[in-house]
Amino acid sequence: MQKQKKKIDEFLISLKLGFFLATRQLKRSNKATTALIIFVMTLTFLNLVVIRGVLVGLIQSTIDVYKERYTGDVLISTPIKKDYIENSPNIIEIIKNLPWVQSYSARYTKSGKIEGTYKERINYTEKANETNGIISGINPTNEDATSGLSAKMIEGSYLTPDDTESVMIGAYLLKKYLPIESATFKTLENVGIGSKIRLTINGNVKEFTVKGIVRTKVDEIDMRVFMLDSVLRTLAGRTDYNVNEISIRIKPGADPVVVKNALVKSGAGETARVQTFEEGLPKFVTDMKNTFALLGNIVGSIGLVVASITIFIVIYINAITRKKFIGILKGIGISSEAIEISYIIQSFFYASIGIFIGLLILYLGLVPYFNAHPINFAFSDGILIAEFSATSWRVLLLMLATIIAGYVPARIVVKRNTLDSILGR
Amino acid sequence: MKIIQVKNLKKSFKTGDTELVVLNGMSFEIEAGQFFCITGRSGSGKSTLLYQLGLLDHPNSGEIIINGVNVSALDKEGRTKFRLRELGYVFQDYALVPELSAVENVVIPLLMQGLEKKEAYKKAENALQKIGMGERFNNLPNQLSGGEQQRVSIARAIAHEPHIIFADEPTANLDSETADSVIKAFLELNSHGQTIVMVTHEPEYAKLTNRIVKIGDGKILSDDRPESVI
Repeated sequence: MQKQKKKIDEFLISLKLGFFLATRQLKRSNKATTALIIFVMTLTFLNLVVIRGVLVGLIQSTIDVYKERYTGDVLISTPIKKDYIENSPNIIEIIKNLPWVQSYSARYTKSGKIEGTYKERINYTEKANETNGIISGINPTNEDATSGLSAKMIEGSYLTPDDTESVMIGAYLLKKYLPIESATFKTLENVGIGSKIRLTINGNVKEFTVKGIVRTKVDEIDMRVFMLDSVLRTLAGRTDYNVNEISIRIKPGADPVVVKNALVKSGAGETARVQTFEEGLPKFVTDMKNTFALLGNIVGSIGLVVASITIFIVIYINAITRKKFIGILKGIGISSEAIEISYIIQSFFYASIGIFIGLLILYLGLVPYFNAHPINFAFSDGILIAEFSATSWRVLLLMLATIIAGYVPARIVVKRNTLDSILGR
Repeated sequence: MKIIQVKNLKKSFKTGDTELVVLNGMSFEIEAGQFFCITGRSGSGKSTLLYQLGLLDHPNSGEIIINGVNVSALDKEGRTKFRLRELGYVFQDYALVPELSAVENVVIPLLMQGLEKKEAYKKAENALQKIGMGERFNNLPNQLSGGEQQRVSIARAIAHEPHIIFADEPTANLDSETADSVIKAFLELNSHGQTIVMVTHEPEYAKLTNRIVKIGDGKILSDDRPESVI
């Protein structure tokens, strides 16, 4: 017991002296070298956090925009074997009475043919400027309250409840915004605001004027043509009020799972698929998220190894050039532990200052910058994700790696023969 | 009282297949309070002997007893602790830590002994004042002359009141005036009963000590006591 106490006391003395030596060395060392080491630590930290953050951010923003513009927090959709959600009016009534619901948008959808520039067509041996897509009937007010589509108009303007002769077209149906040619998928050429397009649904044909072009980077929206729900019902010959999907936006703080369960409990699940936005995500998106996170971790791990090696080299060079003084310290009776601790403290200093600067750059510079100027990614506007928990974990990891990388070379030099060190042998 | 007893001390170095015997069964004793001088020509093993006595190196065989403790039997940690408590060192090239000020260089062994910061600094300042460095506490080694650095080194060696001070050619890098002042400082310490073991190749300084042991070929060639000579 007494022996143990003595050991603890000795360790505390070594700790104090290690701190004493480290602070003096840091204070009086070459400022440029110290700045360079801290700079390397900052870059390493950013490499560890930012690359993963951007990769995950690309996918997370895809998920966010999918939820924001298409599914809402909860999506009620048509069962695979049905054409529409039966008893839709009843379900809508249930939705209206749920306390957590902020807004909802009931959408009719039908497959249809979309033709452009048909009036200018002269040569009928050539393929028509047409494509197939989903025609969606919406209540513009409800839709905007739920998905905020009016904010995503890239040309023209959003539909109003009086626009019975106009449609809003998704950007990916237009060659101007999706310039790809494929045997199975065509886009419309020379169609823009004010153009006439002809829609054929269930054999019924009607001409509309393009009022707006919407682009959300969500295929389910950008490959649709939107019109008033009443107009679509007439055009498709639908006499019932059964819709095909209902997107629900819930109040802040409410839990989508609770809303989903309430809907299922009230019978909505019998005639429709009720899913939270997470359940409604396409599998490839979640797979991509996991893959990108893995890639980010691999890149980050390489960065961590590089940082460890850098610190190892820096501390090793520092220790080896000071081996004479290390020898002298040992010679006059300073414990190896105290000398090693002084190097660990120096490594800790480099890491903590580097990380602190990295955190400032991250949260005061990069995150706000990427939020203001997202990366233009095909599926979304990529932002930088740097959650506190993930960042804290990486901070700890980098600290640990740095401390080990600082300790090992110090230990190597300290373990050398005292006299050899003093005599510079 | 015998403060150091050396019995049949052997030390050799191997270079390839050849073995160079530096200390070949040396035996002698040093009295407490003695100013003991080791001399000899270059390569005679003066410093090697000092390193064995000062526990900075390990002999191949033989015994060294310091203050009643068989230090040859101590392990690495035990030797470090013994050096800290019982011994003080003055090296030829001062061996001060460049990032530490004069007082900080002196205070580190005291802090290692577990003294409170205030007390340790007080002792360090006293030691510096004792050897005439009272004005330069906060100067870094590169702001001090060679003589001043050696004085700081002496202050570091005496601050924790060791039983023995080992000095390896303490005047070798100094001009004669500064060297005189350093030897004077040693004599002053010795006059207060401090045991000093010094290696020097300068006869005029050797003559000022109580005992001169000349070594060569791994053995003691002569053992003189200058007082009696003088």
